[in-house]
Amino acid sequence: MTKNRFLLLVLFTALVSLLITVKVYAQDPAPTPASATVPSDNDVNLVAKKLYCPVCPNTPLDVCETQACKDWRAQIRDQLASGWTEQEVMDYFVKQYGERVLAEPERGGFTSLVWMLPLLIVALGLVFVGVVLKSWRASRLSRPLVQPEPQTGISKQILDKIEAEIRNMD
Amino acid sequence: MTEINPEPVDQTTPVEPSPNRIWSTTGRLAVVVLVVGLIALLAWGLVQAEKTPLEEGMAPDFTLTSFDGRTYTLSELRGNVVIINFWASWCPPCREEAAYLERTWRKYKDKGVIFIGVDYADAEKPALAYIDEFDITYFNGPDLGTRISQSYNIKGVPETYYVAKDGSLRGNHIGPLFEPELDNRIDELLSEPYTK
Amino acid sequence: MIPDIGLIALIIAFGLSVYATLLSVNGGMSKRLEWVASARNAIVALFSLLTISVLSVVYSLNALDFSQAYVADVSSRAMSPFLRITALWGGQQGSVLFWAWLMAGFVAVVVIRKWDADRELMPYVMFVAMLTTTFFVGVVVFITNPFTKMWLVPGAQDLVIAIFPPLNGQQYIPADGSGLNPLLRHFGMIGHPPTTYLGFTGFVIPFSFAIAALMKNDTSSDQWIRTVRRWTLVAWIFLSIGLILGGRWAYDVLGWGGFWGWDPVENAMLMPWLTGTAFLHSVMMTEKRGMLKKWNILLIILTYSLSLFGTFITRTGVIGSVHAFSKTALGPAFLIFISITFLGAMVLLMMRWNSLKAEHELESLFSREAAFVLQNMLFLAITIAVLWGTVFPLITELFTETKITVGPPYFKKVTGPMFLALITLMGITPMLAWRKQTLNKLLSRLAVPLAGASITAIAWALLNPKSPAISLFSIAMVAFVTLSILAEFWRGARIRMSTRGENPFTAFIKLVINNRRRFGGYIIHLGVVMIALGFIGDAFYKQETQGTLSAGKSLTIGEYSLRFDGLEGYMGSDGREIVEASTVLFKDGQQVKVLKPRRDYFVVQQQPVSIAGVYSTAGEDVYVLLVGWESISNQNTTFKIYVNPLINWVWIGGFVLALGVLIGTWSQARGRSEATYSLKNQPDEGAVVGTATAPGIGD
Repeated sequence: MTKNRFLLLVLFTALVSLLITVKVYAQDPAPTPASATVPSDNDVNLVAKKLYCPVCPNTPLDVCETQACKDWRAQIRDQLASGWTEQEVMDYFVKQYGERVLAEPERGGFTSLVWMLPLLIVALGLVFVGVVLKSWRASRLSRPLVQPEPQTGISKQILDKIEAEIRNMD
Repeated sequence: MTEINPEPVDQTTPVEPSPNRIWSTTGRLAVVVLVVGLIALLAWGLVQAEKTPLEEGMAPDFTLTSFDGRTYTLSELRGNVVIINFWASWCPPCREEAAYLERTWRKYKDKGVIFIGVDYADAEKPALAYIDEFDITYFNGPDLGTRISQSYNIKGVPETYYVAKDGSLRGNHIGPLFEPELDNRIDELLSEPYTK
Repeated sequence: MIPDIGLIALIIAFGLSVYATLLSVNGGMSKRLEWVASARNAIVALFSLLTISVLSVVYSLNALDFSQAYVADVSSRAMSPFLRITALWGGQQGSVLFWAWLMAGFVAVVVIRKWDADRELMPYVMFVAMLTTTFFVGVVVFITNPFTKMWLVPGAQDLVIAIFPPLNGQQYIPADGSGLNPLLRHFGMIGHPPTTYLGFTGFVIPFSFAIAALMKNDTSSDQWIRTVRRWTLVAWIFLSIGLILGGRWAYDVLGWGGFWGWDPVENAMLMPWLTGTAFLHSVMMTEKRGMLKKWNILLIILTYSLSLFGTFITRTGVIGSVHAFSKTALGPAFLIFISITFLGAMVLLMMRWNSLKAEHELESLFSREAAFVLQNMLFLAITIAVLWGTVFPLITELFTETKITVGPPYFKKVTGPMFLALITLMGITPMLAWRKQTLNKLLSRLAVPLAGASITAIAWALLNPKSPAISLFSIAMVAFVTLSILAEFWRGARIRMSTRGENPFTAFIKLVINNRRRFGGYIIHLGVVMIALGFIGDAFYKQETQGTLSAGKSLTIGEYSLRFDGLEGYMGSDGREIVEASTVLFKDGQQVKVLKPRRDYFVVQQQPVSIAGVYSTAGEDVYVLLVGWESISNQNTTFKIYVNPLINWVWIGGFVLALGVLIGTWSQARGRSEATYSLKNQPDEGAVVGTATAPGIGD
């Protein structure tokens, strides 16, 4: 048991050091510098990507090719040019065309539910798995330690051998 | 093959329900509620998806602020025939009817008729250019949050709704309007008597 | 003439399916084998009749018989014979017929192949499967009939679509049809829809067996669960291929540089795939250890219900989607059918809940059993999260009267970590034995893959210094799984080399051949890891830029630059106006490829389709779109360039996955040459030792 604990510790240390390496080498991508005067297509698309076309079926605004979407992208360009922040543009879109323009539902209000349920499910799932595994273990432990000799006519040695073989196979 | 039950408790004591059984009854109930709920949701969704634009009943009330800052509330316009037209600058068929709408407005504007243009999901700049292009003089404003179009259940633009003097909806027209349909409908609605 | 034959065959087929449904269950309950046999013959006959019906539609589509409303709707003179034939599933009416035909085909194959093996269960299997098939054939006859004609009726505004002439009706035969939706005019039309349909309809077989077993209360025998497992595998592989081909198709025609958009219709396909995958794993617990019986049945019911749910939202437009079909009156009937199926199955399962008690016991938390339970929980949690995100716009609209969108950010943020956990488990589980693994052994086996994973992550971080932490962890886990699987191959081959003196190559080949199911499974896992690599590239390393160029000018992205040379417009063969740009792609200043991104405008349908110019390598794709231009001139043409790293691994992974399934299911006759054991631990009854046949994928 102590040896197991030791090995577990080694494994844990290895994992932690991996995570630390990952952390050290990882740098968040540099924020794109705010453009000086005329917003480029890329600046517009960066905002449009976070929005959905209000009239097309489920299409992001940055890839939508209808006239309406072109107008909206032009509008975003004008707004950025007059100094609006990304958040201001998005707020304007929500006010004008409703919440459906947001690709990502808001984290407050009713739509916060969409974010909460999956967390709840995972938490419940983990608890459930824990309970199930524990009860299975309990039913194993409640079994008498000395098992009766099986009556199939196969000797214990052969059974053991088969079991050992199976263990090696899978 | 017989199943061996290591805990034969539940099967022998029907008097006192074991916690296990209560749990499983609750569990079953929860599953049924969830499944029925999902089916009900889909049924509701189906009803929504198959809804057609409103044709009768009281016209849903709304307040619209025009591009030039004036405000109209539908319920305050009783006694007038109201024509509600949903349009957008990006919609080619809307252009086919725009001139006719404006012409008709000018013909009836002093006869107790009010036109309301509801600009559905549009960018402001091209919308104003559109109004300019067709020299539209009747009341026009953006449908903020597309709430008005949702309450009328519009399926697209252009759509026109006819509201009688008493505020009730008298049918609609899907697609562009052509002479003389609008004139006829307005004459019909104007001829109706109205008492407060 | 020909359509009439198809129509008559269809109507007789409907009669036969009602007959087979009623007779099979009655025969089963009253133990009249001749009734059941008659029902079986009816099933084979109705499949033949539906085949005639399908062939007659295909004939009309190809012969351009525009007296048929369906042909006028989806076929046209300009379309190639290839596209005319694929138009069978290009519209609602034809595709429901195609669907019913495939389903009837599956049922026919099962009743013929399994007639002797599962005789006790067969009447009930036939009943459940035929109930479903009858519904679909009924829909084809009464709601989405593909043999309708168009009629001009005096006074009516629109054409009347009906089989028989309405009063004063005069038949209307257009000179040309409107043809397939432009987006469907693609080679992918031959791949994605049929495989997806095969996947969806195939799940009816496992479902029927599970429900039949519940009806007959025959849940103690494990015979049927093997049959179910194999049929699930058949449906699953078709669905997997359908998903991948769908992704490829979207990448080619939708012109947004991606392959998976988390659209409701895509999610609808993903959900049964997730529960099906969970089942294929949990069923091993039943086979090897006799555990998780209820859970298996629940997963089968869920998988089938979710595939019906997917079909429902695809075809009724309840949830807005890019891929939605044109609407028909299918909705209410379909909803009732889904409700009956799902509720009926759930109630039946609850009634039999207690008789399904299996013995569960766990020796150790470091066992394959524990890992499988955790893995199944994760699959189900992802399914619920995807379902929740898909229906949430409806819920919001119901309660707050606000329409919202749940777009890719939700699905990526919520399911991403869970998928990552699954991948991690995928690397650990092969090193866990059934029952128990000693910690020492586990750690010693984990050491090399983990070390390899760390080195890979560090190397990756040095090469891509801007990588976010989560992407490095993902890459590390992909490396970990790959190494742990390769280690399994290595271990097996090494044993053969030392015990049998084989050379490495023979040892490797024989190892795989003699343990097809196990190593087929590992190969499937390798395919999945490759697909995961593609998703990691898409999620973290995708770059894009857009710019407007005049002739001779260049647009730069990373180490690439694109030079615009000119624009040209011409008419395409099937009524499309094509605008094509000539561009040259350079990498580090060296010319690598001439790309011709174009925009096709379908005049009749008023629909544009972007066709990207793509430079593709194993490492990344450069995907160039022609976004806009000012008339036809060489001035001011706008391009969008995506650099999609690792994307090709999605398709390569798809091939590997299919290869793994092929190996795993290959010819059971030879798979039995080396006995495998199946052992259940039931000491109270005496250990049951099966030494007969390998419970291989192909059983």
